[in-house]
Amino acid sequence: MDPIQSLIKELAVKHGRKRESLLPVLQGVVEQERYLSEHSMIEIARELDLPAAEVYGTATFYSFLEHRKMGRFIIRICKTISCSMKGKNQVLLAIQDMLKISTGETTPDGRFSLVETNCLGLCHKAPAMLINEEVYTDLTPEKVREILSDYMKK
Amino acid sequence: MAESYHLLKRADFIFRNENDWEEILTKTIKRTPQDIINELISSELKGRGGAGFPTGLKWKITAEAKSAEKYVICNADEGEPGTFKDREILSRVPYKVLTAMAVCGHIIGAKKGIIYLRGEYHSLKESLEKTISEFEYYCKKIKLEFSVDVFMGSGAYICGEETALFESLEGHRGEPRNKPPYPTIKGYMDKPTVINNVETLAHTFTIFKYGAKKFYDLGVQFSRGTKLFSVSGDTPKPGIYELELGMSLQDFVNEFGDGDTKAVQVGGASGFLVPRKKFQETAIGYQGKLTGISLPTGGSMMIYNSSRSMFNVLDNYLEFFREESCGQCTPCRVGCQQLLIGIKAVKRGERPAQYLDKLLKLTETMQLTAKCGLGQSVANSFASIVENFREEMIY
Repeated sequence: MDPIQSLIKELAVKHGRKRESLLPVLQGVVEQERYLSEHSMIEIARELDLPAAEVYGTATFYSFLEHRKMGRFIIRICKTISCSMKGKNQVLLAIQDMLKISTGETTPDGRFSLVETNCLGLCHKAPAMLINEEVYTDLTPEKVREILSDYMKK
Repeated sequence: MAESYHLLKRADFIFRNENDWEEILTKTIKRTPQDIINELISSELKGRGGAGFPTGLKWKITAEAKSAEKYVICNADEGEPGTFKDREILSRVPYKVLTAMAVCGHIIGAKKGIIYLRGEYHSLKESLEKTISEFEYYCKKIKLEFSVDVFMGSGAYICGEETALFESLEGHRGEPRNKPPYPTIKGYMDKPTVINNVETLAHTFTIFKYGAKKFYDLGVQFSRGTKLFSVSGDTPKPGIYELELGMSLQDFVNEFGDGDTKAVQVGGASGFLVPRKKFQETAIGYQGKLTGISLPTGGSMMIYNSSRSMFNVLDNYLEFFREESCGQCTPCRVGCQQLLIGIKAVKRGERPAQYLDKLLKLTETMQLTAKCGLGQSVANSFASIVENFREEMIY
């Protein structure tokens, strides 16, 4: 068994093998691997006894269930109106400049991915972003540079 | 101006720290289901997610549905742009929500509750689950068979629509179902289900503790009680405020605006944009108020000052809808795309100004034919922005 297969087995034991277990299993793989590879999805389908197309169809519906290879740290910056009004673009430029990638890309060393996302529900502390599950608010270009410097050391 | 200030009435129920949830739970479940339902009905509490369905009636119908298996679901998929109150409730007073879910379960005959928490709020999960295990321990102690699970969403606005939420819980794409049947009859796993917004559940705790009259005496006719408002945008004091329903938008702007408020988006991207000239005649509450325009809201209040371009605002909303449309029905999927392409074309001068009227017609079609609230409500913000700020769309 390869590591993905044993991870999926473990998740299936924890969450069950019913159709209702599919999202928690998909989420569990994304938590570990940061994305769902074709291999993962086929293995999930096998483990839960579902057509692979069903697994693919479900997974690709959800924006947090990435199916492209992602970096270890996924930066999701909110682009919805309040954040957009409060200087999201400058923060985004600062991130792009520091990581030398555009939105939607991953750094060559596989550490950071940068995506824009819809409303994070932090409008009163705009602009806001997530790095994996961590919440960062009231961002400025200076603040985001500091945050990223810390991540670069991790 | 000073005189209208006190029309805006602040309240403090939701976040008030109540140390007696155990007592309230024990006491409330000793009452007959009919008694509790009557109390909720007489409080006139309506759904705080935005749709405004009477809560007592929802519980009543589900209680009367015949099924051995029923569910209580707390909708914490708070995705409407400009709203962030539910996260605060779940992080500051989660036991109120859990108590309400258990009482509901007791009334309708459900042993299982689920909190559907949006993926963006993952950081809340651990502490919430800790509170749940303490809560379940107490339920066992008083021999109340009720358990609660947290189910995480994965980044899909549409899953806040109740039937899409069920689909998601059942392991499918979050595509809304046709209604009827309504969740009260056929909800999660096709079983009778009460699904309530986080804030609605928290208000029922207030009603159990202080009685229906206390709640009913707040607010105005058809819009009883208090409501949490999420205030953001061009305001010196962004944040969450509990206010009595029924205030005029003018009073709201006097309190929260920066002195240069041009418009307020009431109810998020799926709500209405109200321009300055209509602040006075607009009230915040459910439909049915006798005078003026009455706007219901899940509590999202986004304030724009005169430095903001309403074209950029609409462009931002439409991009949001285009991405969040589930794609299941054509009016919404194609409609959202075409509206976005359309306003950009008008702005660039590739289409005449009259093309905006065609787009308005398109939103009417979406309102009539889209399968769920997402596609149907795009017309709200689109029409209210285009009609009030037409020149900004063109030049």
